[in-house]
Amino acid sequence: MEPLTVENVALSLGGREILRGVSFAAGRGEIVAILGLSGGGKTTVLRCIAGLEPLERGRISMGEGRPGMVFQHHSLFEHLTAIENVMLAPRHVARLSPSEAEKLATELLELLGVAHRRDAYPRTLSGGEAQRVAIARAMAMNPPLLLLDEPTASLDPARRSDLGQTLTRLAAAGSTIVLTTHDDEFALQFAQRVVILSEGTVVEEGLPSEVLKNSKHPATRLLLQRVHEGEA
Amino acid sequence: MLTAVLLIAALTAQPPLRWGGDAEGGAPFVEADPRDPSKVQGFDVEVAETIAHGLGREAKFVQVAFASIDQSVARGDFDIGMSGVEDTPARRAALAATIPYFEFREVLTVRKEDRQRFRTMNDLRGRRVGTLGGTIAYEVLLNPEHGLTAVSYDDDVHPYEDLRSGRLDAVLLDNVIAARAERRTPGLVTHPEAVATGYYIAVLARENHALRDQVDKILRARMADGTLEKIYRKWEIWDDHQLRFFARSGGVLRGPGPDSREGVSQHQLIRYLPSLFRAAAITIALSCLAMALAVILGISIATGRVYGGPFIRGTLTVYVEVIRGTPVLLQLFVIYYGLAPVIRLPAFVAAMAGLGLNYAAYESEIYRSAMLAVPHGQLDAARTLGLSTLQSFRLVRAPQAFRVALAPMTNDFVALLKDSSLVSVITVVELTKQTQIFAANIGSWVVPGAICAAMYLMMSLPLSHVARRLERRWSH
Repeated sequence: MEPLTVENVALSLGGREILRGVSFAAGRGEIVAILGLSGGGKTTVLRCIAGLEPLERGRISMGEGRPGMVFQHHSLFEHLTAIENVMLAPRHVARLSPSEAEKLATELLELLGVAHRRDAYPRTLSGGEAQRVAIARAMAMNPPLLLLDEPTASLDPARRSDLGQTLTRLAAAGSTIVLTTHDDEFALQFAQRVVILSEGTVVEEGLPSEVLKNSKHPATRLLLQRVHEGEA
Repeated sequence: MLTAVLLIAALTAQPPLRWGGDAEGGAPFVEADPRDPSKVQGFDVEVAETIAHGLGREAKFVQVAFASIDQSVARGDFDIGMSGVEDTPARRAALAATIPYFEFREVLTVRKEDRQRFRTMNDLRGRRVGTLGGTIAYEVLLNPEHGLTAVSYDDDVHPYEDLRSGRLDAVLLDNVIAARAERRTPGLVTHPEAVATGYYIAVLARENHALRDQVDKILRARMADGTLEKIYRKWEIWDDHQLRFFARSGGVLRGPGPDSREGVSQHQLIRYLPSLFRAAAITIALSCLAMALAVILGISIATGRVYGGPFIRGTLTVYVEVIRGTPVLLQLFVIYYGLAPVIRLPAFVAAMAGLGLNYAAYESEIYRSAMLAVPHGQLDAARTLGLSTLQSFRLVRAPQAFRVALAPMTNDFVALLKDSSLVSVITVVELTKQTQIFAANIGSWVVPGAICAAMYLMMSLPLSHVARRLERRWSH
């Protein structure tokens, strides 16, 4: 079984049809990038996979456990330090002892290169640091799948490359990663597969080099044109 | 020609004699005329009219709360105050008082079945006895020799209702008031023996002594010529006591004169300080307990409104709107008097419940908006991590909402501390009420007011300070 299979998922929110039958799959250790214009339903797809939205139609199947999610604005718990954010679920959901949870959280923060900020409160973290703490928090429950919503949006090019390398490392260790992005360069460089989402459906899917370099599909071409004009 | 006459008449006409009294006190003193509620009637009304007539002026009634007659006349709201105003040394010291025009007796009223058991003050040792606050009767009850619990009321109707319902064992008040209560409230009986004797007087501002002397002259003349007797007979308050009082009268009855004004002596201050401290303790205890109730209920209401289904949300919203949309005074009356036939709450418990239920509505709004202020993304994050709704509330939402709510909550506690003074209407003597009693007895607000204000500030300033510090620490 594939780590993630999304079949014909449809959803309306507030009377508006957001997803009209989305299908794609992700293999083990793969990084899948979902590209699309704003309002195309990218975030909603991730929320459906994360179990935050009820499906109207369709099916999502994945391995055992709950996907970990990294929100666009990180959504760290403001009253807890970085390490406490990572420890919360291991302590209260997995019921690890405080010392076990702390050990796990420390390892994750080290893996992501933010161990030196373990006792900082979220409001004092930089955007990149907060994102890495949020990834550590999502990884803490050892999820079968890691979801990232617009992880490149607030990063400068150097940080973007750091993020890509981090995700590549996680994928190499066996994680399956699905992320949404506007950034075709990032997808080209780090993703194994891209999914082009337009007006609630998948218009194209395949290898980044094929889809992003030689697309014949008008929606994909429009997307790339908009992205490069900087208005996506 | 006619115009000129009218003009001269208008210029030479005396201004009306404005006299202040409390129509809420009711018959036979002053009450709204049932045939024309814009007019008042009663024996005090007719005495006032007799005085005005003697001065060649027209009597004009000014409504004033009974407890405020002295202060109002002193600051010039009206020329003369009367409606069962008692002759006391403090009053004579602070105001220009007339000669007494009526002798009353402080008498005990009890339930009929207690007629034999409770005959004298000695029989009431250890019992609860009610009366009007700031009166001679209240001073009598406070005398430690009697060893009873004095309960003070703001009006002279509710003591008798509480007597009938069993909250009190006796009421000590003027015989005129007792007779009326006996007629109105079945099951009560009044012992005729006088516990004390007092006199009704009229009061004027101190600088108005010339007018006072004229009024004295008129009152003496009307006692002598039978005018007052006729008025008293009409209102069925004439008895042998008045006959003897009139016979003795003629000015000799004047109490200690204004010269005896002693100011606030050290002695009086020391006498009242312990009771002020006790009252402050009651204010603190009441505020803390009411706030605890408000916090617990407020959290429950807010949680219900944020997490509950439509029915729970609707019910709680109605509760919050009704409580916030009606005066807390009304709520206190309903809980203490309105519920009395169903459940007879002790005054302190009723006060705590009233303030607690009222503040719960306000607290719940603070908690609700504090909960809504926690970004929804964090709740989504908690969900994706596998936290249950309860865990997400306990570990993520509540701790952050608490920080947002703490400063406004502390402000509300300071407000509650001050609002707790309202509970004197249901007989709880807290700091403000005790101060009022203190002020009434010494005839001045200056020192009692200053002490009272200082005590409130000592309670509220540290709280405000803590609120400001927490606000600073958590603002980001």
